[in-house]
Amino acid sequence: MPKVKFDFLESTCVPLPFENVDTDQIIPARFLSATSREGFGNNLFRDWRYLKTGEKNSDFILNNPKFSGKVLVAGKNFGSGSSREHAVWAIFDYGFRAVVSSFFADIFMNNSLNNGLLPVVISEELLIKLQCLIQKNPATKVKIDLEKQIFTIIPTGDSVRFGINPYKKECLLKGLDDIDFLLSMKSLITGYENNKNLVK
Amino acid sequence: MVHSIEDGPDILYIDRHYIHEVTSPQAFIGLKERGIPVFRPGKTIATADHNIPTKDQHLQIMDELSRNQVERLSENCSKYGIELFGLNHPKNGIVHVIGPELGYTLPGMTIVCGDSHTSTHGAFGTIAFGIGTSEVEMVLATQCILQPKPKKMRITVNGNLHKGVTSKDIIMYIISEISTGGATGYFVEFSGSAIKSLSMEARMTICNMSIEMGARGGLIAPDETTFDYLRKLPSIPGIDDLESSVNQWKNLKSDPHASFDHELEFDAGLIKPMITYGTNPGMGMAIDGSIPMAEDKNKEASSSYLKSLEYMGLKPGMKLLGHPIDYVFIGSCTNGRIEDFRAFAQIIRGRKKAANITALIVPGSKKVEEQMASEGLIEVLKNAGFEVRQPGCSSCLAMNEDKIPQGKYTVSTSNRNFEGRQGPGARTLLASPFTAAAAAITGKISDPREFITEEKNVKI
Ligand code: SF4
Repeated sequence: MPKVKFDFLESTCVPLPFENVDTDQIIPARFLSATSREGFGNNLFRDWRYLKTGEKNSDFILNNPKFSGKVLVAGKNFGSGSSREHAVWAIFDYGFRAVVSSFFADIFMNNSLNNGLLPVVISEELLIKLQCLIQKNPATKVKIDLEKQIFTIIPTGDSVRFGINPYKKECLLKGLDDIDFLLSMKSLITGYENNKNLVK
Repeated sequence: MVHSIEDGPDILYIDRHYIHEVTSPQAFIGLKERGIPVFRPGKTIATADHNIPTKDQHLQIMDELSRNQVERLSENCSKYGIELFGLNHPKNGIVHVIGPELGYTLPGMTIVCGDSHTSTHGAFGTIAFGIGTSEVEMVLATQCILQPKPKKMRITVNGNLHKGVTSKDIIMYIISEISTGGATGYFVEFSGSAIKSLSMEARMTICNMSIEMGARGGLIAPDETTFDYLRKLPSIPGIDDLESSVNQWKNLKSDPHASFDHELEFDAGLIKPMITYGTNPGMGMAIDGSIPMAEDKNKEASSSYLKSLEYMGLKPGMKLLGHPIDYVFIGSCTNGRIEDFRAFAQIIRGRKKAANITALIVPGSKKVEEQMASEGLIEVLKNAGFEVRQPGCSSCLAMNEDKIPQGKYTVSTSNRNFEGRQGPGARTLLASPFTAAAAAITGKISDPREFITEEKNVKI
């Protein structure tokens, strides 16, 4: 079952310069009752995006028409807390294809890679610079080349290499699926079970 | 480990897989779409806990979406042959409470669950960690997941704990020292005399919250305390000769010269009862302390910090002692075990609930509820004006109706004080069961040490 591919992206960005944004903020628990993966984008950052009255909160960045794009530029320690993959589904469903930060929580990072949402880690210094640039000029574009693992801020030419597990990179570039891969390893898995007498 | 992919993650075999209603349905849909069965259904255990009501559980769940989710779980379990301790089952409860108490969590196992607090099971010397739904599907399909090797950290806590200081305070203290991202990328082993002296329940509280400092998982080497806990269980599924297993488990410890990528040491004697004042578990302080000033932080950090305090309706420099509160929640996979209710009841005994307090007292499982009844704790709480609810995650994440209203303060024994975690606009102050009890009877944030006499100092 092929997955969403990611190879190259050039886009404007949406800045979200808060530290420690946890998955409860990304998608509050009361929206986790669905049994499919679709539609979570409507409730992305729900309690920041909407006022108690149900109206849009015009102070929140996603409601500011000046900012748009496929790249979310987040603050340090993004995605901590609950393991809910719904957080990644919500970000992806909303239309983002990459999240940039100086630091991601582990499970969030894994979940992103498993859903075609690319987490890009850059230095804190560059992250703050990028956030300022976008605030000043919302038309600021960035370029992400996964093959070369290069992240570029187009107007300034700042260009850095970002890390990614080579296996995960391959999966994203080719749209490969982990489960297909694991299923192809079945004989190895049963061999291991027999060896250790794991299936009684 | 089944196999190591060159330049890639390892294929890790999973000995025990726990599932619950919220993070599993999409994984089952995945299996269906692929037309494949659950590979080893006997290794998965299911429970309904996150969105179930904690009152009138025998009636139909009112919320349609929640009901649907719980029904999907039952359907999937019966279709694929998975053991389910669902709603109203005598063994039902929070996934991380029932796993250990039913003997499904055993030393040396690899354990995963679509839930970040899977780290709880590390208290038994297991490799246990939370996964996402895509990975739940992987485990259902192949009993394996792909995992990069984590770095290793050791946190040693030596010394004696003071009166009224609990395992919850130890872990909250550590997180406040190293921050919520302080252990990201690491698997943490807890050791030292203060850790060794803790019961299994208390060790679970520590490992439970290791995720709150970013750790992939936390673990404690099994010892006689672990084995005694297991010896006292009525039965252990799949184990006929416990003592021969115990002999093998005795080897499960880091060798004394093992090297870690990072080591930290803390003195238990410096720890006081802790409480949080902000919106992440790292924003914690001693109960008699003052909220730190924002000056020492960089600009971005300080704006996040002030935003967080504003949400809480608090200010830098403020003391919390004496601050009025509205709710008390005792329960969750952090502090919803029998020892926690014993501690809570110990302070409550012979006293009365404060008039301004609404208390949510929620056992972690049916078994805990039964034990509370047989030990007379429910009676003690009733006499003090409290009502005990039925088991579930409840107000810990407020997916059911146990929500804390907008702007209200709650002293909570759970693990997360995120914005809106306990209900939109709810203000959570994390603390131990002792501190929750002291707040429940005084109606404000109070120092639990004032309510504990030396001889009555139970260890939790
Ligand atoms: S009690 Fe809270 S933290 Fe524990 S499993 Fe339930 S929701 Fe998660």
